[in-house]
Amino acid sequence: MNAPAHPPQPQATPATSLLKTLGLVSTVCGLIIVGAYQGTYDAAAANRRLALERTVFKVIPAAKSMAEWQATPQGIRPAGGEAVAGAVKFYVAYDAAGVLAGIAAEGAAKGYADTVRILYGYSPACQCITGFGLVASKETPGIGDKIVTDKAFLANFEALDVKLNAELSALANEVKAVKHGTKANPWQIDAIAGATVTSRAVGKAINDSAQQLLPKLLPEMEKLQKKES
Amino acid sequence: MSDLAQARTFDEFMEGIWRQNPVFVMVLGMCPTLAVTVSAVNALSMGLATMFVLVCSCGLVSLMRRIVPKEVRIATYIVIIATFVTVVDYVIQAVSLAVYDALGAFIQLIVVNCIILGRAEAHASKHPPVTAMVNALGMSIGFVIGLFALGAVREVLGAGTLFGFSLFGANFQPWVVMVLPPGGFIVLGAWLLLFSALKRRKEARLAAQGGGHGA
Repeated sequence: MNAPAHPPQPQATPATSLLKTLGLVSTVCGLIIVGAYQGTYDAAAANRRLALERTVFKVIPAAKSMAEWQATPQGIRPAGGEAVAGAVKFYVAYDAAGVLAGIAAEGAAKGYADTVRILYGYSPACQCITGFGLVASKETPGIGDKIVTDKAFLANFEALDVKLNAELSALANEVKAVKHGTKANPWQIDAIAGATVTSRAVGKAINDSAQQLLPKLLPEMEKLQKKES
Repeated sequence: MSDLAQARTFDEFMEGIWRQNPVFVMVLGMCPTLAVTVSAVNALSMGLATMFVLVCSCGLVSLMRRIVPKEVRIATYIVIIATFVTVVDYVIQAVSLAVYDALGAFIQLIVVNCIILGRAEAHASKHPPVTAMVNALGMSIGFVIGLFALGAVREVLGAGTLFGFSLFGANFQPWVVMVLPPGGFIVLGAWLLLFSALKRRKEARLAAQGGGHGA
């Protein structure tokens, strides 16, 4: 009687062959990724710059050009070069004549769905916030996203008081969103009814950022009055 | 190309658009389907991004099908798919930051879209590049249609606009739930219901015709 026939066992692929294949695939893929990165880098950077400029020009309507600065514990200076620990980035906007039109800075705070990132405009003349725009938000459509469309809410930011205390060490009054209809002071924000959490996030974002930035910025405002040529 | 080959290529192309539509028939890729279809633009952008990744990765997988040992095939496919996802990520950043921000993490998550790995494993690894890419193109057009069908309905009902243009004027009260997560399930359910009803109607008609012939 014949022994039962076993199906032939497939031969194992040698390890060198596996390594060669993976090496080849990785090389081809690496080349494709590097090519795409190089090819799109300039356009992506220009897009980011344009988006930032658009938001800054929106919160400071008189602005025609802008420069990026940072406030460090040692004073303010143009951004670029080495990153300094604890530095706060801000944007200085100039009008057509090269005269200071306002300062813009980013703030962020936890909203209802996710972190609400905003960019606010600051006027050194009145020491007040003059407007804000959204950088990123995932707030509920039709509810939380009213913060950029609700006229009554936006009116809070025509001249929101962010004056510093006598020692110039912090804001004289904390910026805070209060329940709809209870605003009594110029540093308070009248929240949108039904979107209190998002309104509070805007208040907190402005307060946290201004508390960090303004005490460093205000004593050195002369440096920013004219656009550097 | 012979008539038979042409018919076969056309068949490959149509498979994903209708018979095996990834959204309405195979119910695959539900994560981006439900998450990003809050507007027609987002839906189309995600669909086109997926189309690029699907067609390119199927082409490359097919080109390499004879040299990739089966032991490392899944690792190879994932590397190839991840490569084209990275490319599409860079390209979207260069084309439109607004779309990039709107799609968020779902661009990177294309890498785990089961339609793509499924096509690579089930089709591209067994067919020549042209056939694989034609099949992938048909499948991705089917995916774009599926996403657009959801995105357009959700935007019209949930925001009263289509591609950002107002359709019903200022007095329209948007049906906000449609652009929230539950809206994705509601609209997808409605589309699946419609497809199922059409399928049953067709089957009933065919049965009736078959019965008529038999009588």
